[in-house]
Amino acid sequence: MLNDITLGQYFPGNSPIHRMDPRMKLILTIVYIVGVFMVSNLPGYAIALAFLYLVVRVSGISFKYLVKGIKPLRFILIFTFVLNLFFVEGETVLLSLGFVRITKEALENAVFFALRLVFLVMGTSVLTLTTSPIRLTDGLERLMKPLQRFHFPAHELAMMMTIALRFIPTLLEETDKIKKAQMARGADFESGNLIARAKAMIPLLVPLFVSAFRRANDLAMAMEARCYRGGDHRTRLRELKYTRLDLYGLLATAAFIAVIIAEGKLLG
Amino acid sequence: MASNDVNRIVASHLSYAYPEADRNAVEDVSVRVKKGEFLAILGHNGSGKSTLAKLFNALYVPSAGTVWVCGLDTKDDALVFDIRQHAGMVFQNPDNQIVATVVEEDVAFGLENNGVEPAQIRLRIDEALAAVNMSDFALKAPHLLSGGQKQRVAIAGVLAMKPDVIILDESTAMLDPSGRQEVMNTVHRLNREEGISVVIITHYMGEAATADYVIVMDDGRVAMSGTPREVFTQVAKVRALGLDVPPMTDLADMLRADGIGIRADVLTVDEMVEEVCRLSSRS
Repeated sequence: MLNDITLGQYFPGNSPIHRMDPRMKLILTIVYIVGVFMVSNLPGYAIALAFLYLVVRVSGISFKYLVKGIKPLRFILIFTFVLNLFFVEGETVLLSLGFVRITKEALENAVFFALRLVFLVMGTSVLTLTTSPIRLTDGLERLMKPLQRFHFPAHELAMMMTIALRFIPTLLEETDKIKKAQMARGADFESGNLIARAKAMIPLLVPLFVSAFRRANDLAMAMEARCYRGGDHRTRLRELKYTRLDLYGLLATAAFIAVIIAEGKLLG
Repeated sequence: MASNDVNRIVASHLSYAYPEADRNAVEDVSVRVKKGEFLAILGHNGSGKSTLAKLFNALYVPSAGTVWVCGLDTKDDALVFDIRQHAGMVFQNPDNQIVATVVEEDVAFGLENNGVEPAQIRLRIDEALAAVNMSDFALKAPHLLSGGQKQRVAIAGVLAMKPDVIILDESTAMLDPSGRQEVMNTVHRLNREEGISVVIITHYMGEAATADYVIVMDDGRVAMSGTPREVFTQVAKVRALGLDVPPMTDLADMLRADGIGIRADVLTVDEMVEEVCRLSSRS
């Protein structure tokens, strides 16, 4: 049940997209998101699809794998689609059944909204699939660094993310162990209704929390013993460097945005 | 100070009480660890041995008395990070002391904290990983390693800081026998080849028997001290302190009780074999 969590999924590889600087990838992903939001008609989505397809091909990830990533989102997609379909006001009535009224504008809105979500998820998955968690947190830390002047805890956030990623497998393993230990004493996690099953989680969660706090305490001491004193004057093993690849990525994304804007002007 | 060349850690009349405790966890302890020395600190649970270890690298500051690490007083706040670089510490739980998600990043952690240049970090972590035979695992995720391997990574993390003393606070307690052996072999090799002083806190008598010097703690005080041979031959006294003696010393003791004229100061299996051969050749 807990083992299904696939946080920070990373698809190891050595493609140009993989080798790009994580900072550039983060920025370009944001630019891409803005681009997707600027699209206002179907040809525009075709352009976005073409761009995404190109990026995915270069990254060496199978497009099918990416599409499969949307599957867990199907309920949200259907929900937003239906909500938009029924509750957006419009002029041209397509269908009228009693109090249910579906208008052309509502249908358009619903389709675009769903498409937008799909494109957002697929685009950001390319980022997480091609960037290892370490490089991602590294990139985030360095991007947020200028904000430190305004007392924004950039280093602390990145450190927290690293530690969280480090301890996910450890805590999953521990959960499994506690679960088995409780089952050996007759705990029942499988049967009963939702409330009964939620209650059965208590003997699992309490020891887990206790141990997580103990681990945090130990880790704090170990970090202190290794001269940890916050982010000031800290160097890193891996320095981030922009390369030619980042320039290509930047140009490609700029071209995408330009085409989207032009297309919007011409057809919009 | 000339004496710093010889003494790595000097503790003088050291006492420490935990913030809300009404009695001292460590009481009037004086110890010295020389360059290249291998010191074992023994004691049952709650005897103050772990507290003592934490006083050695400024994680705790003494309530009374003084600790000098390589001539640096641990009470001086400005020296804390220098001290921790001189006296590296490896803890008990292998999972709870690894910070990063990749082995080499974790080894680099201490160096990054001290602001070492990236090129220099690279060099030092490669050296440190080679020294603990973990070079092949540099890019692995720590949670996929065995306990013994994780502890070796932790040792590499300390080693990369080029310490003068390594303190192992029950670092083998959670390992299986082969993992324990791995860690002890690594530590002994570093002690022998690099001249790094070692302080191990342990309750495995076998580990203590290989040390140069042994301290037995009881109730925060030093109850016994001396070479392993001097300490463990006092079988009755060691037992009274709630500890075992090394298995071979125990065997020798039982044989002596049965009237066999074996030496009392047998510590290792090899010595026992020699002793038995000596006895059988005589009869």
